[in-house]
Parts: sequence; structure tokens; C-alpha cells
Amino acid sequence: MELEELYQSIILEHSRRPRNKGPLEGATHTAVGNNPACGDEIAVQVRLGPTGIVEAAQFTGQGCAISQAAASLFTIKLKGKTQEEACKLIRQFIEMVKGLPEEEDRSGKPSGEMLFGDLAAFAGVRKFPQRVKCATLAPNAFYEIFAGHRSENA
Amino acid sequence: MHELTPGSPSLRALFPALHQEVNGHPLLYFDNAATTHKPTFVIRAITDFYEKDNSNVHRGLHELSARATASFEAARQRIGSFISAPNPDGVIFTRGATEAINLVASAWANSVLQPGDRILLTAMEHHSNIVPWQLLANRARLSIAFAPLTPEGRLDFDELDQLLAPPTRLFAFTHISNVLGTVNPAEKICALAHSRGIATLVDAAQSCGHFPLDMEALNCDFLVLSGHKMCGPTGIGVLAIHPRRFGQISPWQGGGEMIERVTFEGSTYKSLPHLLEAGTPPIASAIALAVACDFLDSIGRDAIRQHDEKLAMLALDLFSRIEGMEIIGPRNSRAGVVSFTLTDVHPHDVVEVANRFGLALRGGHHCAQPLMRVLAKPSTARASFYLYTTEDEVHRTAEILAQVRKFFN
Repeated sequence: MELEELYQSIILEHSRRPRNKGPLEGATHTAVGNNPACGDEIAVQVRLGPTGIVEAAQFTGQGCAISQAAASLFTIKLKGKTQEEACKLIRQFIEMVKGLPEEEDRSGKPSGEMLFGDLAAFAGVRKFPQRVKCATLAPNAFYEIFAGHRSENA
Repeated sequence: MHELTPGSPSLRALFPALHQEVNGHPLLYFDNAATTHKPTFVIRAITDFYEKDNSNVHRGLHELSARATASFEAARQRIGSFISAPNPDGVIFTRGATEAINLVASAWANSVLQPGDRILLTAMEHHSNIVPWQLLANRARLSIAFAPLTPEGRLDFDELDQLLAPPTRLFAFTHISNVLGTVNPAEKICALAHSRGIATLVDAAQSCGHFPLDMEALNCDFLVLSGHKMCGPTGIGVLAIHPRRFGQISPWQGGGEMIERVTFEGSTYKSLPHLLEAGTPPIASAIALAVACDFLDSIGRDAIRQHDEKLAMLALDLFSRIEGMEIIGPRNSRAGVVSFTLTDVHPHDVVEVANRFGLALRGGHHCAQPLMRVLAKPSTARASFYLYTTEDEVHRTAEILAQVRKFFN
């Protein structure tokens, strides 16, 4: 196991210079994720447009390189997605980092490869089971917003 | 057993787990505040018991049961002498220090403390010396106060002096902080509390394997310790009760072993120590813990204490040369626990990268979240030493931390 498998350059880059960090103006939803193992806490915020599309996503809070990079990358990836798409992306991401079999699309390729792009950098996390909680801290908090919001409207 | 000085190769040879590679590097085990490794004597005591004397205690008339009972009760005596407990009847085997504190909350404080009374803790306590009191305080309508710390991370004695007054009835405090490495002057504190009629509980989880412990000199009411932090097995700890509190103890768990007579209408109970040991005790672990006591005394706890402090001072010196290093806790007269942070590198990442070099550190809140809030840090990394740690290992650890720094720059 090499360290670089876990700390891919894109992860290190986002942890050093997280994007969309800070309170989100006009946020419509907020959720908090905390990792009792290390005491890290992250708050994520989104602004949903009138049609339910994610207009903006931001986060606040301290954490390790893995949790900060995941939060940063998700704020980018979620923008422009419907809540359904957002939920699906997060589920696939969580399956990937937990090392669960990925859903396959019609071409037979793991859908993760098509959807993830930069998020694929987290594939190495599956070899570090103790860090799965770090990678999923922000995504889980986002999921709470979308899943919760969806059921509200259902 | 000669030349068994702390850090010597002959002493290290007694600890099988130390001699392994982790990720292609020799293991550097620096997580001794979480648990210590076990010498061969202790491991052998466990297998010996199961291979030869395995039997239940206090309830069989056959040979094996007699042997097991004799060894188990001898272990109680041995641990009593290890901490100079005033009376071995007050030496209770528990699952660990955590259970011992919960036991005091249930079997003593719950019936002795009255609504409105206050339990005093400190801002440097482990969760195990906070949460049992919070549970009790809610049930019994008690209040809790926390003695604050000086900026250096020692107890603030002016504040403590004020708080050791009514309505405080119990002061439960740690002997050594598992985060700061602070050594609290337990004897002085207990004397002050005692003079004001306040009961004391000393949490010796971090000191029991590192410091001479003399309960008679401490004159505390309760002392708790953890077996696995002093070369013993996991799943065993001790509560020592001062005889002046014997009459105030109620049963806490009911079952076999603790009863005198059971009828359909009710039961009568044995006296201490059996009153507090319902069910089959961890017999092999108790016997192995007594062997750990013998082992530690053969090295000498003064020698271990000096070794810890020497390593801590070396670590403070070497670590502080690393860019962005912040060391937490007192600068001198401290235990072998060094917590630190590296600017812009989260402790989890420090620990992860260190592990790639075979270095076992702890990162997180160390079960002391209230203290973390005082320190204004969500977590720290921690290196903690023991009698088998060498100066060379501290040097190698400092080199690895410098590499960690480089990795994240």
C-alpha cells in the first residue's frame, strides 16, 4: 500500500486549497456531519433553485485532508444536479470508497468511472477502511439534505 | 533477571509484539497511553491458568477450583500491595478503570450523595471520568463542576481551592492527563480535599504502570486503575476502596458470587470484596495482572517514571525543531505523553503517514473532548512512551514527523 494511493495529488491539492469553503449566502438547506472517532465536524449548505436544481453548495469546518478534499470536490460536483442525480452520485461514491460492487451502466462499465472524474481519486480509500468515515463525512451530510428534502416533497 | 533497565535490549526482548515490521519498517510503538504491550510472563500466566488450573472460583470443592481460588485471591493481595491499598478487602476486580468509576457512581455516590451536592472534576478528564458522573447527576439531581487549568495545562490551584468547598462532596480527578502529560500532585490534592470532608477518587489509569502508587500515602477514598495500561491483559481493572468507606457501599450488580443467601422473598449479601463482584470474575486476567505487578516491581516504578520523563523531554526538544510543530502541555516534570499538532496538517493525516513508516501514533480527541474545547483544537496527535521505548526510537520518530511535514508541504 502506497501513501500516494490514498493521498492522490488532486486530494492533496483540494485539501490545501479547498473550494467553496465558507458560509453560503442564501442557503436553503444546511446539514452537519460529525465523526465521533476524531471529533471532526463539517457543516454543508446548498441553495436549491425553484426547480430543485442545486445552484450552489458550500461547506465549513475543519477536518483531515481526505474529508476536506471530499467536501471541496462535492461542492463542485453537485452544482447543477437535480436532487435525484445528487443522491445517486453520493450513493455511488460511498459504494466506491467502501469497496462495494459499483452499479453498472448499459455499456457494462462501472458507472463510477463515467460519473466521477475527479472523485475517482478517492478509489484508494477502500484500502484504508479507517478512512472511509473521513471520505464520506461531507457526502453523507449532503445526502441528508437531498434525501430528506426529497421525502418532504414526496 | 538482571540488567532489566528501561529501554535495554534485554527488557525489550521480553515483549514479543515489539519485534515486528509494519509496512516494511520496524514497529515504533508510541501508543502506550492507549494500551501497553505484554511481556512473555503475563502472556504465559494466561495460558498457564487455562492449561492447568482452569476452574471457577469460590464455589467448587475440587482441587482445580481450590487452586484457581487461591491464585485469584493471591492476585488480589498482590495488587493490593502493588498500590499499598490499606485493606485488600477493598480491592475489587472490574473490567477496567471505566467500569471501576461507574461502580463508584452506582455503589457509593448514588446512595451517599444528596440532591444539590456537587461532584468536582477537572477540565483534563478522560470521558470515563466525566460521563458516569453526568449519568448519575441526571438521576440523582447533583451538579458537576470542572476545575479549570492554567495556560500551561496544569490544575489552577487558586480556582481548585475555591471549588473544594460546599456543595462539593466528591472530587474525582486524573493522576496523569492522557493528553497533556500533566502529573497532578495527587497527595496534596487529596490532603486538601480530606481536610474539608470531601471524598476523593484518583483515576490512576495513566499512572498505574508508570509511577509508584501508594494509596495509604495518597489517602484517597477511591483509586481506579486499568490492567492493560500496565503490561496486563485487557478486560481487567481495579477499584480500591479506602476502609473508611466500606460501610457506605451498596451492591451494584446482582448475581452469583456476591450473595450470602437467596430466597424467593429476597437476598442477603456477602461483604467486600465479593459484594461488588457478581458473576464469574476474569480469573486468568486477574492472575496475569498480578504477574504484571511483579514484573513492574522487578524493574522499579521509580526507574520507569524517570525513563518516561527523560524520553518526554527528549521528544519535546526534537519535535519542537520541526516547522509548524506545536506541543501541548507542560514543558517540564511531565509524564511520557506528548501531544502535538502540525500547522495545516490534520492529526489523522499525521497518524496515517506515520503509520506508513511503521510508527504507531494516536490521533484524535483521546476521549477528552471537553479538554479539546479548552485547547481550542478538534484533535491532536499523540506519542506516548513506556519502559521499552528507547531514545533511538524517539529520534527516529522525530525524523518521521519531519517527513510527514514534508509530505504535506
